[in-house]
Amino acid sequence: MDIKAGESYGFFTDTSVCIGCKACEVACKEWNQLEGNEPAFLADSFDNTGQLDAQNWRHVKFYDRVPERSTSAGNGTAFLMMSDVCKHCQHASCMEVCPTNAIIRTEFNTVFIQQDVCNGCRACVAACPYSVIGINKKTGTAHKCTLCYDRLQGGLEPACAKACPTQSIQFGPLSQLQQTADARLEALHSEGVTQAQLYGRDDKVYGGLSAFFLLMDKPEAYGLPNAENAVLPSRNNLGGYLTALVTAVVGVVAGLIAIRRRRGA
Amino acid sequence: MYLAAEHFVRAPDWSWFILGYFFLAGLSGGAYVTGTLLRLSGDLRDEPAARVAFYTSFALLPLCPVFLTADLGSGWLRFWHMLVNTTPGNPGLNFKYWSPISVGVWILVIFSVFATISALAAWLGDRRGAATPPAGPLSIAFNVVGATVGLFFASYTGVLLSVSNQPVWSDTWMLGGLFLASGLSGAAALLVLLMRYRPASAFSLVRIRIADGYFSLLELVLVVAFFITIGFAGTAGDELTTAPLWALALVGLAASLVGLRGESRRVQVSGGEGSAAGTIGLNAVLASVLVLVGVLALRAAIIFSAQ
Repeated sequence: MDIKAGESYGFFTDTSVCIGCKACEVACKEWNQLEGNEPAFLADSFDNTGQLDAQNWRHVKFYDRVPERSTSAGNGTAFLMMSDVCKHCQHASCMEVCPTNAIIRTEFNTVFIQQDVCNGCRACVAACPYSVIGINKKTGTAHKCTLCYDRLQGGLEPACAKACPTQSIQFGPLSQLQQTADARLEALHSEGVTQAQLYGRDDKVYGGLSAFFLLMDKPEAYGLPNAENAVLPSRNNLGGYLTALVTAVVGVVAGLIAIRRRRGA
Repeated sequence: MYLAAEHFVRAPDWSWFILGYFFLAGLSGGAYVTGTLLRLSGDLRDEPAARVAFYTSFALLPLCPVFLTADLGSGWLRFWHMLVNTTPGNPGLNFKYWSPISVGVWILVIFSVFATISALAAWLGDRRGAATPPAGPLSIAFNVVGATVGLFFASYTGVLLSVSNQPVWSDTWMLGGLFLASGLSGAAALLVLLMRYRPASAFSLVRIRIADGYFSLLELVLVVAFFITIGFAGTAGDELTTAPLWALALVGLAASLVGLRGESRRVQVSGGEGSAAGTIGLNAVLASVLVLVGVLALRAAIIFSAQ
């Protein structure tokens, strides 16, 4: 694949073919030299990664759907599996709040945190609606998936997509991925898998996601905000400042009255 | 208006340093505003208290960047990255009007100019033995502009929390106003404590305690509005985790309101010409301590409940 600056690239993650092997997690850690967190027993299904954070830029989620009663062959959905990652939103909450401009959009239309600029204020952590960003304890700065920015600059596809054995994670130009996703969704619907839906394919969620998904259930089941709840932090600027302004006016008037009354006494 | 949002966001682990910064910013900004109000609405006898207010605002201010930078993950050296863009090939100043942190850093810088000059002017006045504030419309305008910046400084920290995707914080618009009212009340309480050390300022005690009571009434209204809004969003239950802190905050509010009642009666009876020098009573001291504890607890309750 010829990777060119100025074109939009991303991931299409098809959860319907994810087998939960975690090869993406391993490849990501290996390429990006992530040490990983201390192993912990999470007692959470087959998930011993836990979450996306500074050490986990890919995380295979396992949502337990093991039916309580046995079902006929082929009709039981034991798990929903999804290789989660930074969504590289077109309208990125993290970029919006970052006070140092450490979070930038690259020439590949991905979202990237400049480590030499970030000062670890953690505003992006509070803003990211996908709980993607974590603070690296050694550097004190915010870390997340770079969509293998260094590999893209070298003309290589991201490590996770290259390692995925089922092509659940596909990398490519965004327009091409969107066509692939549309075709896949149509195929699933024609096979009667009507619950399948695309998430982030269009601009309803944060203006569109460069890393978008085919889900086998509603977004909330995967811990993703639906279109109604996909809101930017800046929505509260006007209301917040207006309330403060009204309080300031009332407070100043109250203070003036409290002090002024002496003159009438 | 308010989303019953589903939150999947991670907590930023803003804790003690940020709490300290929010507390000090409220007190410093509030003290400057109180000093200006004393000059605008009081008479010459209020000037000693106004100077205490300007000294207080200035004295608290250097602690603000200390707490703010101590909280940064990268340490002290990159605080300036909020002011200057260090992205290679993209030089210039950093200012994002839609990011309260970015705006707030600049407000901190600008407010420090006003607080420093006002404190210096107060010190020069004291040194000369002058009983009057610096005269002239420019001086008044300077104080008014400084107080406006101070109001912003005391309130933006609440807006900063709201401009996120955190539960509770982003479910309400009340935090900016709430932190401001609470900061004004806390500043008035702190002044009552500090006026003990400047007997001439005790003349303004009654009026400052009444102002504290008014600020607390405003704060109480905003606390109710805060709970109504997060109730609609479905996150009011999160506040149960910090119930003891809310209890402390309410005790502080109650102390202030009891003080308001007492001082209002005193004004009716005596005309409110203030206590005699050095007679700031134990009740006023105790009430002020409770108010300050309440101001701190309110911020802690809101900061910690969402994380």
